[in-house]
Amino acid sequence: MMSKFPTYKEVPIAGNIYDPGKLVYKTGDWRTFKPVIDHEKCIKCYICWLYCPEPSIDRTKDGGVEINYEQCKGCGICAAECPVKCIEMVKG
Amino acid sequence: MVAIKDLPVEELYLPGHRLCPGCGPSIAIRMMMKAAEKNTIVTTATGCMEVGTTLYPYTSWLVPWVHTAFENTAATASGIEAAYKAMGRRSSEQRKINIIALGGDGGTFDIGIQALSGALERGHDFLYLCYDNEAYMNTGIQRSGATPHGASTTTSWGGKKIPGKPEWKKDLIGISIAHGIEFAATASIAYWNDFITKVKKALDVNGPAVIHILAPCPRGWRYEDKDTLKIARLATQTRYFPIYEFNNGKYTLNIKVPNPLPVEEFLKAQGRFKHLFKPEYSNEIQEIQEFVNKNWDRLEKLTTL
Amino acid sequence: MGKIVGLNGDEAVAYAAKQSSVDVVAAYPITPQTIMVEKFNEFVADGDVHTEFVCVESEHSAMSASVGASLTGARVFTASASQGLALMHEILYLASSMRCPIVMGIANRALSAPINIFADHSDMMGSRDCGWIQVYTEDAQEAYDWIIQAFKIAEDPDILLPITVNLDGFTISHSTQDVNMLDDKDVKKFLPEKKIEYLLDPEKPMTVGAGNNPDYYYELKMQQVEAMNKVPQVVKRVNDEFKNFSGRKYGIVDTYEIKDAEVGVMALGSVTGTAISIAEEMRMAGNKVGVIKPWFYRPFPSNEILTSLKNLDVLAVIDRAISFGAPFGPLCNDIMALLQNEEIDLEVFNVITGLGGRDITPNMTRSIFEKALEVQKEKKVKKPIIYLGVRS
Repeated sequence: MMSKFPTYKEVPIAGNIYDPGKLVYKTGDWRTFKPVIDHEKCIKCYICWLYCPEPSIDRTKDGGVEINYEQCKGCGICAAECPVKCIEMVKG
Repeated sequence: MVAIKDLPVEELYLPGHRLCPGCGPSIAIRMMMKAAEKNTIVTTATGCMEVGTTLYPYTSWLVPWVHTAFENTAATASGIEAAYKAMGRRSSEQRKINIIALGGDGGTFDIGIQALSGALERGHDFLYLCYDNEAYMNTGIQRSGATPHGASTTTSWGGKKIPGKPEWKKDLIGISIAHGIEFAATASIAYWNDFITKVKKALDVNGPAVIHILAPCPRGWRYEDKDTLKIARLATQTRYFPIYEFNNGKYTLNIKVPNPLPVEEFLKAQGRFKHLFKPEYSNEIQEIQEFVNKNWDRLEKLTTL
Repeated sequence: MGKIVGLNGDEAVAYAAKQSSVDVVAAYPITPQTIMVEKFNEFVADGDVHTEFVCVESEHSAMSASVGASLTGARVFTASASQGLALMHEILYLASSMRCPIVMGIANRALSAPINIFADHSDMMGSRDCGWIQVYTEDAQEAYDWIIQAFKIAEDPDILLPITVNLDGFTISHSTQDVNMLDDKDVKKFLPEKKIEYLLDPEKPMTVGAGNNPDYYYELKMQQVEAMNKVPQVVKRVNDEFKNFSGRKYGIVDTYEIKDAEVGVMALGSVTGTAISIAEEMRMAGNKVGVIKPWFYRPFPSNEILTSLKNLDVLAVIDRAISFGAPFGPLCNDIMALLQNEEIDLEVFNVITGLGGRDITPNMTRSIFEKALEVQKEKKVKKPIIYLGVRS
């Protein structure tokens, strides 16, 4: 977060955002329960990735998935939709 | 048809938005961007998807994105399309861009229907995508022309005398098709493959196309956040929300439901229909079931045309 | 060097828009503006322009499509009047706040109810605070000249604000006048085609119209204030450049014999023509009278008006609109506010007249000057507002 808010001369014209993606608001602290993936059981079907409304499930280089806890709001859709039930919602 | 593994990994719709946990429309929009990809401009009507996805200096959109007002998103899209056409005429390169106008059910069925009708009639080359969560959720769950019969909202309470919204849902796709457009379809976030395929088809159309996607809202429909997809599936598996398309004069039911569940299964999973299960309103569920049956029969007949 | 042609005000505006190489016209018909869009559509039908004409289904969509096109980077013209302008009202604020240099011709007309298609300024005054630059013109020539200049002012990087060019319905919009039309090539030199730059470009994504909370909204409004404040200096530059090739001199405010005038009449729009001819007549009879005709209503030309009235004893301000419940008509309210902090010994009264197209005849205009001369003698305004021409 900015320590000092910009003046009207510093704010881009009309409040246009010219660098989308540069600032990402963190929503991880909205959460009560967090999803934890059992990677042993995961079949890498990407259903959780596709249905995440944030998205806060990233595809990893090794072809798997991992939760981005900085963003995850803890809705539990991933756990509910996982066809092999390898995601558990735990406190935190 | 597409495979999940073939969908772009790159996200053009970023996290950090302020939409509720388990938001159905957010899932719809993310899938839409997976289908449309980078060469796209999106204009969004006032509503959840607008207030939730941008708040200066934050934005979730990695494609050009414009919000102007509530009732005019189809008109704004018309202007964007017209500008590309005109500027292309005096330029060496003609650019073909996907233009998507995005509106909720309030912004589409009600306040935006005139602008949508005008844009469809004029034949602009764009996709209008209505994410339908069946009420004005952004302002706190008021009934819209898309709210189903019997649903309790903050302006159609399920009360002691009135069992929720007395009127029936508007037929958006019927209205759209009546404009003589080439492609119009319903979709659901529970059937991602069908939806993504339809977005691609709609963007390929040279002219206007409309997609109406059902996207449940945990807050307004009153179910647990995790159940968004389950509820969406029930909507189709009870034939409450049939998934079909109109493509060049031909109707197709894309999701066949040979053994439908009773509509009760869909209704009882949500708090907004809870009052219908009181004895004094027992006839309501039957009425809804009859409506669902009739609608399905009507669509099946259309597919034989 | 151009040519003299007989055109009504609306046609003059359409020709000006054509010569201004507009990319997009999104407009809806409404009397008395309709000829502007009809005429322009003829240019489209004949292939004389590259413009994309969007026949929208309402004025609300006309302005919305105009905003969409302008945000994309196109040069945009539209036109409206009366109820149409009122229907656009919401989106007028978006055009200015989103910094869209749209130019709009307005054939001023009364507002319902009762429905009345004739001239007054209620329509534009109703949208007075929408953040648009507002120009009022006296005749078809001025309307033509200001449309061409308007694009140049609006698109100036220091400004980026939309402009309305107002002409009185029927009086100007529908009466054929001599218009000195400039050569296409001269206009093109003065106002080249807009640079092709797609502002909404998937190659350079940006978010436009993001939600705003109390932490940023005010700063964006301040940007608009600053742009509005810069208008006079840009107008001066544009006017000078325009004069160089057209020979016609414009400014922020036009005046007639104001330097040594003791009594002045101020008005917007076509009535100033009548006022000037009456002033000429009264001058010949030995009365030191003059006329102040602000071309600009927004930004309000405070300095220029103060300069022009500093030697006056009496000023009569004509309003062609009512601000119900306010101390005066809209123009006079502004004049009173302007004089508040000035040490000027000036008597001011307001004349509200010409509503719903009611004629402001030479006799009525003469009576305004005579009233002002009377006030000069008595050194006191007895009636601050005169509702002139109403049966009572």
